[in-house]
Order: sequence, then C-alpha cells, then structure tokens
Amino acid sequence: MSHRHADHDHVHHGSDLTPIEARVRALESLLTEKGYIDPAALDALVELYETKVGPHLGTRVVARAWGDAAFRARLLADATPAIAELGIGGRGGEHMVVVENTPGTHNLVVCTLCSCYPWPVLGLPPVWYKAPPYRARAVIDPRGVLAEFGVTLPETTRITVWDSTAETRYMVLPMRPAGTEGFSEAALAALVTRDSMIGTGLPEGIPTEPAGRPA
Amino acid sequence: MNGAQDLGGTQGFGPVVPEPDEPVFHADWERRVFAMALAMGFTGAWTLDGSRATRESLPPAEYLSSSYYAIWLKALEKQVAAAGLATPAEMASGTAAAPAGAVARVLGRDGLEARFRAGFPSSRAADAPARFAVGATVIARNMHPTGHTRLPRYVRGRRGRIVRVDGVFVYPDTSAHGLGENPTWLYTVAFAAHDLWGESGDPGGLVTVAAFEPYLEPA
Repeated sequence: MSHRHADHDHVHHGSDLTPIEARVRALESLLTEKGYIDPAALDALVELYETKVGPHLGTRVVARAWGDAAFRARLLADATPAIAELGIGGRGGEHMVVVENTPGTHNLVVCTLCSCYPWPVLGLPPVWYKAPPYRARAVIDPRGVLAEFGVTLPETTRITVWDSTAETRYMVLPMRPAGTEGFSEAALAALVTRDSMIGTGLPEGIPTEPAGRPA
Repeated sequence: MNGAQDLGGTQGFGPVVPEPDEPVFHADWERRVFAMALAMGFTGAWTLDGSRATRESLPPAEYLSSSYYAIWLKALEKQVAAAGLATPAEMASGTAAAPAGAVARVLGRDGLEARFRAGFPSSRAADAPARFAVGATVIARNMHPTGHTRLPRYVRGRRGRIVRVDGVFVYPDTSAHGLGENPTWLYTVAFAAHDLWGESGDPGGLVTVAAFEPYLEPA
C-alpha cells in the first residue's frame, strides 16, 4: 500500500493545492518532523473512523435490545457495559446512556455547545448535527426540527431533548416496528437507521402521522 | 465563555439541511485535521477540554463562518503555539526552525485501534458525597465565566430537577485551562420546556443537560 504522505520531508505547496490544503499539509509535515505525530498512526485513525466505526454498530445494539428483554434491561440500566457485551465501545462513548422511546415519550439527542456524539455506536457525526441550525433549534423547537426530517409525532407524544453537555453520550433506543415478530437480529438491525438512534428519525416500517395534521 | 459556540435557543440559522448519503469526510484535508487533532491530544500537551475551549474562543463571526474542521485546524494551530511546540512561522512554512519540545507520548500505529476501542474515560473516584439526590429541585446558576464552562446559557437561572446522579468526572472548567482535573459530581438535570422557553416551549416537553455540581444550587 503506497503511503499517502511519503513526501513529508520535502514539502511542495503545489499549485493544485487550495490554501487550506497547503496549510494542513504544512502543519502535518512540521508536526511529523518535530516527532509529535506519526503519519501512519493518522492513517490508522482515519481508517478506523471512516471504515470500521459507524452506525452499523449501533443498529446491532438496538436489534439485540428489541429481541432480548434481559439485554434491554441491562442496556437501559447501565449502557456502557451492556454495549461492551457486543464488543462495542471506545473513544467518545466511554459513558453511554441509552434512552428509550415509548408511545408517550420521544427522545432527541443534541450537543448545543459543540459536537458531542456517541462515536462507538454511531461513528463520526454528520455535518448537520455539528452545524448551527440543528444545535440552535433542537432544544427550543424540537417538533419543528423533527418535521424537517419528515417525522411528525402524535400530539400526545412528549419530547425529551438530551443536550450532551458533558462526557455522557446518548443513544436513542427506538420503538420496535410492528409486524416484525420472528425477525432475526440481522433483519431487525436492517430496519434501524442512524437518525432513529439520534431521535431525528424512526426505524424503517414505523409510519409517521399523516402529513398535514397539525403538530 | 458566552461565545458563539453556545447556540441553544438561538434563532435565524434557517432549516436543518441533511446531506443524502453523506461521506464521513468531505475532503482529504479534513481527514488529516481530524487525525492530527486526536494524535496531538494523545501527546498530553493539552486536554480535550482545552481543545473545546480553544475552538470556542474564536471570535464569533469567525466561528460561525468557519467549517467544522476549519475550526479544528485553527484551534490546533493555536494550541501547538500556546504549548510552545512550534511557532506560527514554522507552521506556515512546514519546516522546523527550532528543536522539538517534549511531549509525554506519541501515538503510534501499533495498538492504536485497541487503544481507541478501549476509550479514555473521564470518570474519577469520588472523594466526597454528592450534594444532590435524584428528585431534588435545583436552579442552574446565573454564571458567566470568561473561561470555559459547559453550562449552556439557556438554562442559567432556570429551575430544574435532578433525574440522574452520573458520578464524578473531570471538571472541564479547570481542566480546560491547565488547572487540574478537580473531579466533580455530575448530574443530569431536566428542565420543563415551558420553564426555558415560556409559551413557545413544546407542550409537556423536557430538555436535559449534564451539569456539574458547581453549576447548581438548591432551589
């Protein structure tokens, strides 16, 4: 495998680089030359979070909880060790809390102050999660935000918003769709979307209220 | 600090715009900034809280007009300079002009995945009992420190209820500024939406924040 940054020792700010690309290239060259970082470790970090850690891991947790009542109880009581039973955990998810959707309560996760997100189960956050519109409005207008995601909840469903202001990281346990009795764990996991674990979506197969009904 | 990062309840940013089939990174430089920030954090030259504090110390107009990883890059450069690990001139040129400073450890490829899958817990042993219990009514302090804090403005001065005692954790307000971990009790506090937002609050809705003990006083 060829090394992407084999030219560290002689930096060329080629004319094909944008200013920020050149700036990042220069910084990496310098920090490498000073011995503070190892470019191979950077490659490994990128590979880990781009290809290995992602929402597919969270779908396994949800599917297990849907099919195994004892696991679900452990998950809701103390999420970090329960998730670790599936071999899942790590940076950005050392202190997990799982919150359960019910017909009466819908949960929505945000980080108004930065971008805190449960990396081990959901991977790195999407841009919209980190950007001002979501961070600003999730706490003051959660129903309006949900509508923009195409989610309309019954008026009787109350919303709890979880603002991730410390190292606690939240994942939503969505409701299991009706008609999935007898589904395998893998089939259940396939119904779980990333957004349903943030609270901005619902699993495949859960219809929202008919469009046009006032929220 | 009451910086641009404290966005909860702010209006005027427009709709949330999800990107279909969004990639994890949108450019290669984002990959390198992400990984450099994690690897430099691993050196022990500063704390995660220090990184957050540096990012949010960008002038508000700059913070709000910079992309996410551009904010990370600008903060990383500031932290490298502040820690004495390189000068701005060296970072601009990409070439060292002075010997390297000392760092506690360097992140290598060997064992990296296991290390990150194990995580870096910020919970600490308790050396004093918790002041509040589940069910207690508290008021978020009306505090406006110029340094780092994790108490968002929209709950300050508001009455809430303790719904979970999370344990003892590194205290960001001191950790961010090199003033030590000062392990501190952390609570989950629920606020009624109508107490935060008045009549515009979602009926029956709750908003919870994770709040450190010094952020709270008995109601």
